[in-house]
Amino acid sequence: MTELARLVVEGVALGGAYGLVALGFVVIAKATGVVNFAQGTFLALGAYLTYNGAVTWGLWFPLAAALAVAASAGAGAGLERLVVRRLAARPPHAAIMATIGVAVAGDQVITMVWGFDHHPIGDPWGASSLRLGGVSVATVDVAVLAVTVVVVAAGAVFFARSRLGLAMRARAADGELAVACGIPVHAVDALAWALGAGLAALAGVLLAAGTATARPDLGLAALRAFPAVILAGFASVPGALVGGLVVGLVEVLTAGYAPVHAPWLGVNVHQVAPYAVMLVVLWLRPAGLFTASPARRW
Amino acid sequence: MSAAVLEVEGLVVDYGGVRALDGVDLTVAPGEVVGLIGPNGAGKTTLLDGVCGLVRGHGGRVVVAGEDVTGLAPHRAAARGVARSFQRTSLVADLDVMANLLLGRHRHLGAGFLDGLLGRRRLRDEEDRHRARCVAVAEHVGVGGYLAVPARVLPFGVRKRVELARALAAEPRLLLLDEPTAGLAPEEADAVVAIVRDVAGGGGPAVVVVDHDLRVVAGMTDRVVALDHGRVVATGPAAAVAAHPALASTYLGPTLPGGGPRGAREPAPGEGPP
Repeated sequence: MTELARLVVEGVALGGAYGLVALGFVVIAKATGVVNFAQGTFLALGAYLTYNGAVTWGLWFPLAAALAVAASAGAGAGLERLVVRRLAARPPHAAIMATIGVAVAGDQVITMVWGFDHHPIGDPWGASSLRLGGVSVATVDVAVLAVTVVVVAAGAVFFARSRLGLAMRARAADGELAVACGIPVHAVDALAWALGAGLAALAGVLLAAGTATARPDLGLAALRAFPAVILAGFASVPGALVGGLVVGLVEVLTAGYAPVHAPWLGVNVHQVAPYAVMLVVLWLRPAGLFTASPARRW
Repeated sequence: MSAAVLEVEGLVVDYGGVRALDGVDLTVAPGEVVGLIGPNGAGKTTLLDGVCGLVRGHGGRVVVAGEDVTGLAPHRAAARGVARSFQRTSLVADLDVMANLLLGRHRHLGAGFLDGLLGRRRLRDEEDRHRARCVAVAEHVGVGGYLAVPARVLPFGVRKRVELARALAAEPRLLLLDEPTAGLAPEEADAVVAIVRDVAGGGGPAVVVVDHDLRVVAGMTDRVVALDHGRVVATGPAAAVAAHPALASTYLGPTLPGGGPRGAREPAPGEGPP
């Protein structure tokens, strides 16, 4: 039982980080109709820049993380401004292919700059653990959950209540309407990319914290969070979070139980399991869990 | 400097080699309601798009309240007091009517709109003021009972009115309406006519309205401008303009022995072929 409780806490924390990654995908896709395959690069960038700030320069960890997230957000806005906007008149797959190119190049740049070593990012949690109701959980998991809850709550207020949040929702629904209402759509697009890249970078910091370290394969976490985006149907903000939690729990529970109860599945089945869940969901509900299926006409 | 709210001079718009507007002139005085009529493809919606900046002209000038807005991005034109409604009734489906109206007021909302939540009194008062304006506009247009309803579930007639209310919530200088009564029942259309007349008459914006229903156009406007193939072919009172040879086949149809005019739902007295 305590084993299950420990795995659930770990899975929920991992799922929270995945939820932030998925949210980043959704914010960008909703605003500009582009799936940004370079999210993994921003994710890794957030972790490595935090390592530089906190370890190399000795900054206070939250400040280093905030600077890293802000720098990644700036890179996201730059990608929108310099690449995506220029392709806006083309079909969306042109911009999507461009983001794949940026991801490939970006990952090379990251290994050029930071090499193949694993860098602890200087977070205060390390390998320490807490006892919660008789269950020992990693401090970093609690910290990840707390950060996720705060960010999601702030995001919900932003989108529901602020002038800019309203502008972003209008832009996502209908760009022509938004611009006719006086909303500077180009600025809103750049902001959406900055937010999306910033969310990925923040998730990167959380995923590299504790004993995980900033490492060359960190960016792959964006692909592991991808089933969460599919579950959310690319459009739903709460869906991205729930999808993230599902993916995190499935991954951790499979990693915890499959080797004992079903060793014939192999040692890396936990990396495949979220995709299996995604395929089942797509088979049953092709539009995703959180979006209405459009009526079929034929 | 002239006192006109809108001056369009020689506006030219090409769509990939097709000339949609071919040197259109249009002047609208404060408080005036001008109707645009003409057959499909005459350039009516393109003229609205060209004025509000959604389409960039290839020649000519657009001046709003003495300020040259030619080639300005649409959000900058909106900031100078140009508001419009769309033929396709574009509301944000996920948002309730109040939020859609606040969207129309975007140019008036302060950057601190969020802070009302955090208890900062001055900003909360400002937010209350914006909401009160939206309530007033909604009630004027007759959708005051729908403020908390998501746009996606509104009946069509209400959607059309909310679209109008959103444009009015901007408190524009110049209001561009693209078929505000299309698809409405005659009595609903009459209500929209009365609202537009009322708004323009009470020191409100100058209005340019595109509509296919001649009865609506005649009831709503002071003056009608007829377009055909991207050119102004006639201007004057609705009935006289509709009888122009270039438009007669669109609005009146061939006059049949004993048959009335076709196209207009219920022609007003004096309307129709002489």
